[in-house]
Amino acid sequence: MSAFSAVLKRDLRLARRAGAGASLGLMFFLVLIAIVPFAIGADQRLISRLAPALLWIAALLATLLGLDRLFQSDEEDGALDQFLLSGASLTLLVLAKALAHWLVTGLPLSLAAPVLGLMLAIEPQAMLPLALSLLVGTPALTLIGLVGAALTVSLNRGGLLLSLLVVPTAIPTLIFGVAVAKAAAEGRDFAMPLTVLCGTTLFALAISPIAAALALRQARG
Amino acid sequence: MTDQTSGSLLRLANPAVFNRLADRVIGPFAVLTLLLFAWGLYGAFFVAPPDYQQGETIRIMFIHVPAAWMAMFVYAGMSASALGTLIWRHPMADVALKCAAPLGAGFTLLCLVTGSLWGKPMWGTWWEWDARMTSVLVMFLIYIGVIALQQAIEEPNRAARAVAILTLVGAVNLPIIKFSVDWWSTLHQPASVFRIDGPTIHGSMLGPLFIMGIAFLMLYITLLMLAMRAEVMNRRAERLELLAAEAE
Repeated sequence: MSAFSAVLKRDLRLARRAGAGASLGLMFFLVLIAIVPFAIGADQRLISRLAPALLWIAALLATLLGLDRLFQSDEEDGALDQFLLSGASLTLLVLAKALAHWLVTGLPLSLAAPVLGLMLAIEPQAMLPLALSLLVGTPALTLIGLVGAALTVSLNRGGLLLSLLVVPTAIPTLIFGVAVAKAAAEGRDFAMPLTVLCGTTLFALAISPIAAALALRQARG
Repeated sequence: MTDQTSGSLLRLANPAVFNRLADRVIGPFAVLTLLLFAWGLYGAFFVAPPDYQQGETIRIMFIHVPAAWMAMFVYAGMSASALGTLIWRHPMADVALKCAAPLGAGFTLLCLVTGSLWGKPMWGTWWEWDARMTSVLVMFLIYIGVIALQQAIEEPNRAARAVAILTLVGAVNLPIIKFSVDWWSTLHQPASVFRIDGPTIHGSMLGPLFIMGIAFLMLYITLLMLAMRAEVMNRRAERLELLAAEAE
């Protein structure tokens, strides 16, 4: 467990020092939301209807953004070899990295979502459910991305390939995440999609660290 | 698995033995494929009656449905190969996985294209975000991901294991994606879309459809054997070049 917290602390510190950490991901999220009216016009009603989908797609893109460097920097500076030599469970260390990644991307996005929701004229009663759906769903995006990052660790420009591998697998999370916010906006009961969303996250939590650790081990020969 | 089959699978781990087997069976399989296609297509175009509602366009089904079957079958086979690569380190499992992926992607694309061609006269649109079409599209994307990862990693052993892991991750996720897309489409689907459902197919159509299914399967086996034989030779040539370069 000490190895887990050591990796977690290290990654959080790295994120804070290099590239302003959480705030940069947040700015990317903000930029994506800001270009929406330019692309689809300033029609308040249309934007309001699209808001949950836009926020979710923005969250997916913001999560994907830094993923290709998640393990690559560790591979380059030798940290990955130290992970393998340390005798600690690689699955656990990989999970620590995922947690650190989520704390600097998914969590701030979820907390900022209600404010950005205001800009997108989202229905007031959908504000909290939307934030809740992001809070529950973004860990799944990070965890799914973890496997893609591990598979593409040895590739120099793995970013595009990573997106190709990760996005199809993220479809269920996207569907149920948006469904929660839509149901709330229309005043319907959203317990069912929210429960399934929790299920996809738990499922990703169960298999992704194992698959990512396996992929990393194979990549190191 | 009985001793005998595991013994013969083990013998096939030798690429030379595999290639000798492939040399012997590719010819007969190719002939069988052609005969089955001739029989199946004759049945599809001349024997099966036009549908009372869809008319002649129903004949697209005889290509479309077997292609959809193969899209799923090939992925199932790739998952088995992935297990063979990761657990038993069977050298031909990796070759099979690598060669099957483009074939599977081809069948999936064929299914999508014929579906689109069928959709135009039936639904009045080239593309409908219907649950099944969407699932097949996602499956196509997963095939493309497998092929892209395979091509991106240069070292063959590393590529093989990474692709095997990706294939298994995809296999685990495909049912979940299928379920969520079905749920999503029941939410959005306008009820007016015309649908045909499997069990109502008449026997006169089922016969040619079944033969076309077998023909597609034989085509797949023939092409897979050809591709695997070529891949084995390719790897041997690469190794020889490497050895020659080292000797210099």
